[in-house]
Amino acid sequence: MAQPAPKSDYQGKLHNLQKDMIGRYYDSLTAASEGRGKKAVYMMVSGNPVELIQAFDMLPVYPEVNALQLAVKKQSLPHILAAEEMGYSTDNCAYVKADVGMYFAGRKTPFATIPEPDLILCNYVGCNVYLQWFEHLAEFSKKPIYNLDVPFSRNMVSDEPSDDDVSYVVKQLEELIEICERMTGKSLDFKKLQRITELSGETGHLWSEIKKLTRERPAPFDAYFDSVMMMAPLYCLRGTEDGLWFFQEAYKEMKKRAEMREGPLPEEKFRIVIEGPPPWPYLRQFRDMFSRWGAVAIASTYSTVGGIWEFGFQHDPLRPIESMAKHMLQFNLCNRNFLQRYQQIKDYIDQWGADALVIHSVKSCRLFSAGQGDMREYFTKQLGVPTLLVESDIEDPRYFAEAQIRNRVDAFFESLEHQRMLVKK
Amino acid sequence: MATTPVQEATRLHAIFESCREITQDVEFSAAKQWLAEHPGRKAIGCFPIYCPVELIHACRMLPLGIIGAGNQIEITYADSRFQSFVCSIVKSTLELGFTKRLEFVEGMLFHNICDPARNLASVFIRNFPGMFVDYIHFPQNFASPLGMQYLQKEYRRILDALQERSGYKPTAEDLNRSIQLYNRIRAALRELYRLRSEKPHLISAAEQFLLTRAGTLMSPEKNVEMLEEVLAALPTRATRPKDRIRVVLEGSFCELPPVALIETIEEAGCYILDDDFLRGWRWFTQEVPIEANPLHALAESYSERAYYSGSKHDSREVKAAHLIKMAQDQKADAVVIMAAKFCEPALFDYALYRKALDDAKIPHLLLEFEEKTWIFDRARSEAETFVESLLFD
Repeated sequence: MAQPAPKSDYQGKLHNLQKDMIGRYYDSLTAASEGRGKKAVYMMVSGNPVELIQAFDMLPVYPEVNALQLAVKKQSLPHILAAEEMGYSTDNCAYVKADVGMYFAGRKTPFATIPEPDLILCNYVGCNVYLQWFEHLAEFSKKPIYNLDVPFSRNMVSDEPSDDDVSYVVKQLEELIEICERMTGKSLDFKKLQRITELSGETGHLWSEIKKLTRERPAPFDAYFDSVMMMAPLYCLRGTEDGLWFFQEAYKEMKKRAEMREGPLPEEKFRIVIEGPPPWPYLRQFRDMFSRWGAVAIASTYSTVGGIWEFGFQHDPLRPIESMAKHMLQFNLCNRNFLQRYQQIKDYIDQWGADALVIHSVKSCRLFSAGQGDMREYFTKQLGVPTLLVESDIEDPRYFAEAQIRNRVDAFFESLEHQRMLVKK
Repeated sequence: MATTPVQEATRLHAIFESCREITQDVEFSAAKQWLAEHPGRKAIGCFPIYCPVELIHACRMLPLGIIGAGNQIEITYADSRFQSFVCSIVKSTLELGFTKRLEFVEGMLFHNICDPARNLASVFIRNFPGMFVDYIHFPQNFASPLGMQYLQKEYRRILDALQERSGYKPTAEDLNRSIQLYNRIRAALRELYRLRSEKPHLISAAEQFLLTRAGTLMSPEKNVEMLEEVLAALPTRATRPKDRIRVVLEGSFCELPPVALIETIEEAGCYILDDDFLRGWRWFTQEVPIEANPLHALAESYSERAYYSGSKHDSREVKAAHLIKMAQDQKADAVVIMAAKFCEPALFDYALYRKALDDAKIPHLLLEFEEKTWIFDRARSEAETFVESLLFD
């Protein structure tokens, strides 16, 4: 039976550390916007060459992260509406609309003033909306744009990108180095790039070790709702000493919890995999719907949008450019095809030990969602995994029908509980 | 023996009617007939927007435009696989597969248009295991020569996969013959557009749409004959100019609008002088050159001499530049943006077009459509109101 939702979010030392670090990151954005900081490079979160940007002492700015912060702070709707006034459709991705609305509102947010871009680096990694989003920002800002074209993972036989794909991305990264050299007036310091790549490698490795801890019973943290807290340092601070420090602390903390058999809930009744991005404007409400059933996410696909480390990838300081290329081509969710995602979820279910799959289908991000009905079909009919599909949005609060979603979640877990009782008898 | 104008008018009418029949035939009888007449040959379905049909043809296979099912079938199964916020063409194309209407094709080629089309390719692979399915990665970096060089390699990969399926390994001469044939088709289509823009009463946009669409469902050899016959007959067609405003239309480059919707807009008082219907099937602004390396010729043409497309992100030019130029070249009174419902590329483009058109003081109208629509009262009334506002301004 469902219980009142216990206090379920992870509020330890780590949470404060994350807040401090991301606060400092956003301060550096504000500084750049006031002309007393680094050059700003707009980039996308999914597989990106942030190591290279850090090596030139430039500042990565992620419109996706800004958009989600707006949603979390319940500031997204006015910007979305402003963008719709400009001509954007209700059917366009609301991340883009919130970002465009914010751009024309002077780039001021409750967490920072976002700097104008010095370079718009569109790392086209699987998501076709990225191209449109950055194209629009380039037109609005009249700043230079470089489309870093990453061939989609379309090899139906193997996971590996072809040599042609790798060499194409490597050559574009070399062009990007020239662009950065022109912009900063500095040559690439290869040793520095190697050190940054080493930091990234260690960070990624720790993140993968943290993720493997949820194979324990109980899982020491929720791999959906708590993972998102760790994703901000992973993206905004990857390749920095601070970023590595955060993950060293996180690993220690989570390992200790695992050893002490502490989970995020008083009792772990159901182990679930969650597929799809979270409903940022209503994250707490959404979490509570699962907590009251004792359901803990032991893995999630959303936590791999910016990189998949838990299956063996690590940035290699000896080959920094090639490893960035591999990260962009192969080791992030966005650039992988839909069937590779089915396999990833199946691996989580098998190797992490899950009872069920929950698909959160968001209208804004069709990369994630388009075709999730087929995914449900595969998991329920072909593999016999109980699967729930609920719909809302990642950014637009208008699409969160709380009562309706709660009813579906309740019915799903009620039926899982019932099935368990039958098995016990 | 020379034909009389009456005979020619009858012949044109017959061609347009036969095209209408072909485009509405979700059993693909014309293609099946070709396959029956050519034992051992195979057909490859091309999902929009652009497909390098020459590669298929040079492998002695038949390239076919598999572009949704219009309003000819009811979606029974595909709705449970793709959500309500996904465009119709994705669902109706999948439905064609579920209802076994695509069993006669050897395979399907998809490419990076948008995210639903991307995932559709995977869903096809899972649900139709015997079918050959591949996904072309068209480069999106045109500021660097690397993009074009990469495309040439991608074409090599696709060609290798196709020839394995067909059992025929084409030579450079085969590829060049296919390029020449499709050059003739594209030249005929360009000429039809030129003629229509000069004398829009000679052929309507709806008629030309039917011709182009039917052409994607028959052999290119038959298609070129048909187009050249129409071209020869058109100049003497006995039709009178009407009092209509001149518009160009953009936004319908993937999902196909119902023919009756195009007719509705024309009847509401618009001469549609240029449009992007089925743009992928005429794609190049000039002939693809005949070279020793045909894959280079195709890749270079894609990069340097292709029409604008909402799925081709070319940072060398601002988004609306081509549209403003098209409107000015055609001396258009207005622009109609006709986007498929839920079509992210077209709807994103609209946000930039709107401002650019306002800045250039070009009146514009946004219409949204779905391929499966039957009733166009609302579009008619919107178009009529728009036309009246221009006529009596």
